[in-house]
Amino acid sequence: MIGGLFIYNHKGEVLISRVYRDDIGRNAVDAFRVNVIHARQQVRSPVTNIARTSFFHVKRSNIWLAAVTKQNVNAAMVFEFLYKMCDVMAAYFGKISEENIKNNFVLIYELLDEILDFGYPQNSETGALKTFITQQGIKSQTKEEQSQITSQVTGQIGWRREGIKYRRNELFLDVLESVNLLMSPQGQVLSAHVSGRVVMKSYLSGMPECKFGMNDKIVIEKQGKGTADETSKSGKQSIAIDDCTFHQCVRLSKFDSERSISFIPPDGEFELMRYRTTKDIILPFRVIPLVREVGRTKLEVKVVIKSNFKPSLLAQKIEVRIPTPLNTSGVQVICMKGKAKYKASENAIVWKIKRMAGMKESQISAEIELLPTNDKKKWARPPISMNFEVPFAPSGLKVRYLKVFEPKLNYSDHDVIKWVQVPLPLPPHISVSSLLLCCLPFAPAPESRSGPSTLQVGLVE
Amino acid sequence: MTDSKYFTTTKKGEIFELKAELNSDKKEKKKEAVKKVIASMTVGKDVSALFPDVVNCMQTDNLELKKLVYLYLMNYAKSQPDMAIMAVNTFVKDCEDPNPLIRALAVRTMGCIRVDKITEYLCEPLRKCLKDEDPYVRKTAAVCVAKLHDINAQLVEDQGFLDTLKDLISDSNPMVVANAVAALSEIAESHPSSNLLDLNPQSINKLLTALNECTEWGQIFILDCLANYTPKDDREAQSICERVTPRLSHANSAVVLSAVKVLMKFMEMLSKDLDYYGTLLKKLAPPLVTLLSAEPELQYVALRNINLIVQKRPEILKHEMKVFFVKYNDPIYVKLEKLDIMIRLASQANIAQVLAELKEYATEVDVDFVRKAVRAIGRCAIKVEQSAERCVSTLLDLIQTKVNYVVQEAIVVIKDIFRKYPNKYESVIATLCENLDSLDEPEARAAMIWIVGEYAERIDNADELLESFLEGFHDESTQVQLQLLTGIVKLFLKKPTETQELVQQVLSLATQDSDNPDLRDRGYIYWRLLSTDPVAAKEVVLAEKPLISEETDLIEPTLLDELICYIGTLASVYHKPPSAFVEGGRGVVHKSLPPRTASSESAESPETAPAGAPPGEQPDVIPAQGDLLGDLLNLDLGPPVSGPPLTTSSVQMGAVDLLGGGLDSLMGDEPEGIGGTNFVAPPTAAVPASLGAPISSGLSDLFDLTSGVGTLSGSYVAPKAVWLPAMKAKGLEISGTFTRQVGSISMDLQLTNKALQVMTDFAIQFNRNSFGLAPAAPLQVHAPLSPNQTVEISLPLSTVGSVMKMEPLNNLQVAVKNNIDVFYFSTLYPLHILFVEDGKMDRQMFLATWKDIPNENEAQFQIRDCPLNAEAASSKLQSSNIFTVAKRNVEGQDMLYQSLKLTNGIWVLAELRIQPGNPSCTDLELSLKCRAPEVSQHVYQAYETILKN
Repeated sequence: MIGGLFIYNHKGEVLISRVYRDDIGRNAVDAFRVNVIHARQQVRSPVTNIARTSFFHVKRSNIWLAAVTKQNVNAAMVFEFLYKMCDVMAAYFGKISEENIKNNFVLIYELLDEILDFGYPQNSETGALKTFITQQGIKSQTKEEQSQITSQVTGQIGWRREGIKYRRNELFLDVLESVNLLMSPQGQVLSAHVSGRVVMKSYLSGMPECKFGMNDKIVIEKQGKGTADETSKSGKQSIAIDDCTFHQCVRLSKFDSERSISFIPPDGEFELMRYRTTKDIILPFRVIPLVREVGRTKLEVKVVIKSNFKPSLLAQKIEVRIPTPLNTSGVQVICMKGKAKYKASENAIVWKIKRMAGMKESQISAEIELLPTNDKKKWARPPISMNFEVPFAPSGLKVRYLKVFEPKLNYSDHDVIKWVQVPLPLPPHISVSSLLLCCLPFAPAPESRSGPSTLQVGLVE
Repeated sequence: MTDSKYFTTTKKGEIFELKAELNSDKKEKKKEAVKKVIASMTVGKDVSALFPDVVNCMQTDNLELKKLVYLYLMNYAKSQPDMAIMAVNTFVKDCEDPNPLIRALAVRTMGCIRVDKITEYLCEPLRKCLKDEDPYVRKTAAVCVAKLHDINAQLVEDQGFLDTLKDLISDSNPMVVANAVAALSEIAESHPSSNLLDLNPQSINKLLTALNECTEWGQIFILDCLANYTPKDDREAQSICERVTPRLSHANSAVVLSAVKVLMKFMEMLSKDLDYYGTLLKKLAPPLVTLLSAEPELQYVALRNINLIVQKRPEILKHEMKVFFVKYNDPIYVKLEKLDIMIRLASQANIAQVLAELKEYATEVDVDFVRKAVRAIGRCAIKVEQSAERCVSTLLDLIQTKVNYVVQEAIVVIKDIFRKYPNKYESVIATLCENLDSLDEPEARAAMIWIVGEYAERIDNADELLESFLEGFHDESTQVQLQLLTGIVKLFLKKPTETQELVQQVLSLATQDSDNPDLRDRGYIYWRLLSTDPVAAKEVVLAEKPLISEETDLIEPTLLDELICYIGTLASVYHKPPSAFVEGGRGVVHKSLPPRTASSESAESPETAPAGAPPGEQPDVIPAQGDLLGDLLNLDLGPPVSGPPLTTSSVQMGAVDLLGGGLDSLMGDEPEGIGGTNFVAPPTAAVPASLGAPISSGLSDLFDLTSGVGTLSGSYVAPKAVWLPAMKAKGLEISGTFTRQVGSISMDLQLTNKALQVMTDFAIQFNRNSFGLAPAAPLQVHAPLSPNQTVEISLPLSTVGSVMKMEPLNNLQVAVKNNIDVFYFSTLYPLHILFVEDGKMDRQMFLATWKDIPNENEAQFQIRDCPLNAEAASSKLQSSNIFTVAKRNVEGQDMLYQSLKLTNGIWVLAELRIQPGNPSCTDLELSLKCRAPEVSQHVYQAYETILKN
């Protein structure tokens, strides 16, 4: 198991050092600094073996987290734990920075003592941890409170504490999809897949049982067996999910047997599920780049984007990012629509369009001046990426229902205000069984969506 | 909060100030001071001098302060054991605290203090905590047992904590169960023999129930523990698999990988015809693909594991090639691993896409990645024959880029392609030759020289090209020197007239001016060969080379099976067994996949062979016939007089073998010079027998230079042993041994007449035996045997007699008749006399057969105290017809893969593990696989006899 855990700043100074096992000596701290942080070459592996000691590391901004062991540990678990550690720290004090770590080192030691015992990860759900690791000094808890804490930390529903109360029960659901495309230089799509995330923010009282349903092909077909009519109607609108993974609150055995997604959610924000689809992906845009080299010091770039959906629909907040060579000295851009700007610090031309209807096209041309260079270091030629919001999901995913039951408290599903940022069925599909959106207010704009590599799609009603 | 200020106290006299603050009356000040102490401790300052003062702060109701003091204690208690005792009382008191959080904290911390005197006090509180009413305390106490075991294993056993821990597996709280499982697994690992984790269907059921309820980490502990269980039959395996598969949808990648491990392992037990088997295969692919969208570090772990999985079960991911295409922003370690898997998945169906990708990669920025991509193109050519042409043209395109490292890498792989497809792509040689000057890496230079030498007859200026390398001969690396020597000799054999001078030059450079024994030896051998018999030289040097295959980079099957049992762990990331990187006894238990049978109980192969009868002792199968006469005659025995030896033709035959063996090892060296692919030695038969006699004397001094060649004199022959003592056979003493020479087995007998009368009319007969051994000719003793006379006879044997399985297997019952009586005796023949000359298996065949033979047929043995290196062992064994099919070096251990065939057609495959660099470990490990496992024991004995003599 994990023998020790160290946190370093970018200079390799130790900020936190916690040793769990006797076989890890103090020199391990230095070994990692010398061999990895101060190593001349770029890191070639996240796992390093130095003198029979293995070091696992992850980096967050310029902070290094390293787990150390001398045994044959479960490597996947160690990395998952390191990520979790970052999440927990972020939940307690925000950004993981040297300043924040130094300011909270007592808290971090307390957390490390709690979530890792003899190198074995223990309950690391922030919801549970925050009930008893508070940094507020000692709170004199009553006996009931104490046993409630311990039963929650060790219990089956370790991610949620009992007795949560909200005056207004609210539930937010976001579906975020990113389309990954692989295209040949001739513009042919070699492969495409959508990886989606369902993110939830729950502000619900008590211990609510939730059920989430989507237009999963397998479910639809199963249900459709009874009424052939419905199958034909909904068959087209169901999607084939290649694979999905769930937050630990979801009852996996139930999903395996019935393919229903039921869970008691943690309080606050969490990622309910991730999924991946490869079939029948709707590509909302086509991007056609043309690059011409004019001599050794000039590049001409033209990029055309075509919206590939119904003219009645609108895409919003379109942002196209065109990478430029490292030796760019100046850029002139002309675009028909929106605003474009060369951002030297990001080595890219960023082109923004507020909204664009379906079946339209727009283009940008740029002249890139290059500095003559002898530098043999080649440019990695990153791909053009694009962000936008469209009112449908490229995967075709739709939310069929989101139900809430709370057996003890006196509120019913209809009392919950649900904010669902999901694709509306196209054309609007109102079914009796579905509670979908009947009482939904207009959804707020989706939150941060960053990510350089892919088309990202956010969805607004 | 601005705790960062504690990190900045660097002034002098700091310790003194801290001391004062720690002893302050004000609580806040105390706490501040302890924080400063911890900060100093973190940055590596020694604050152990403050021990008593810090411990004094322990008695507090402030939980935060208490935790800080505990943290300090854990760090320094070991260096201040006497003072640490001061803390004991507080710990014991805290273990009784009404607050479960404090009870748990106390027992958790106490377990981390590795001071004997404290551990003594820990036992009672721990016992109570293990039975605490609060699950939080129990789950902490469970881990504490593992801690205590790490400090003092005996104490844990004596105190009966292990039983309590086992009881916790049935606890109502899932987290307690998970921690108890984790603790027990760890303790069990250091006691491989103990049956601590006594897993049975009931306890497995409990674990599977807890699996659904506990935290993600607990699920990992339980799954890792389940993976160690061997279900009793395929039905149980299937039902466990069914309950584990839902875990494949967990968001935590470690849970997924551990579930994959359980499934991969238990799948071994399922019949391939089962519907469920197919379902399971289908279920495994999507989660593995999903792992690739995790964070890069986890992707790396996943890819290393997928690399193993596609080798073990290629069918799972064969349609998923595209997901392994490299993304531009993948970290380099992810890119390199993806590339590896792409090659493994390459097939005729997807080769076009793969090649297009690889070509892109070859123009990337990272040098290592580009090299690997170029090499991958070569591997595709070798793997998918239909693509070879396209691969070659892609490589030529890349050579045109003139990027130095791309060109060199391309030449190295083109050489391999030539080996695989001889006489097909030689048209490209001209292009290669153009780039001769830019080659500066030994591997590329050696490859180029090999190509020039190999195709010397088609390259007009081959002599000039090779001569240009010769100028700086002594500055080249050994690899290039060896290749140059062989290359020029090849050239000479092809174009003798123009290149005589050149060959003289290289031979003298190699033999006279070089300090390298390998180079010198090879030089001498070529020289002698060329000077004595150019025709033979041609046959040796230009011998047809066996084809190379794409299998060379596969992990050997036994290691692969072991690594499959370690999916998700470091072992699977390093692709090394835990023993290679874990110190001490922990985690070095060999794991193996369960056998595919419903009934078998024992999954573990025996570490050592059951003690068989030592070769010297022969069981008396036939009851001894007490014979007074024999006894009497025995009283006055003169020294035995050796009779004239019967003709044994060891001189000439020995020379042939000598040459054969020597050249084998010589040729065996060559490929390492010219590429990563192993070269298989040409069969001994390629050397004409006539060659042996004339040059044998000349070679003998030469071979004295090399170690271990002295033993190369045919199949090992044991010294004669007395089979029938005179006292049991009325004065006839028979001793003998078995030999095998060039395909014929004979029984070398020595008959001594110790009686007082002349013996005549000898005859011999064998009882039916396991391998049908029978005399091929009558026993011919030409003259009557006078008293005290000895005669030596070589009795040829055949293997066409009638067969009956004997116990032991190699038992031979013999009846000898003479004019006096009929005598019976039994003897054990060494199995290696049955090893036939054509027992060398093709490499691919070997791999396939190895996989094909079920694991339960594998037997493992240890050959103790045998300080041989791989070459010596290999040549020794080869002379007894145990053939080395492949050799591999795995983290300093040499692995020899060998095959042998018995006269009755049974193949035995062997894996011999040698640790040459380690003088303290002279034990060899031998794994044998055979469809008739009963022979393994005897083959092992043969190995032992051959290697030790």
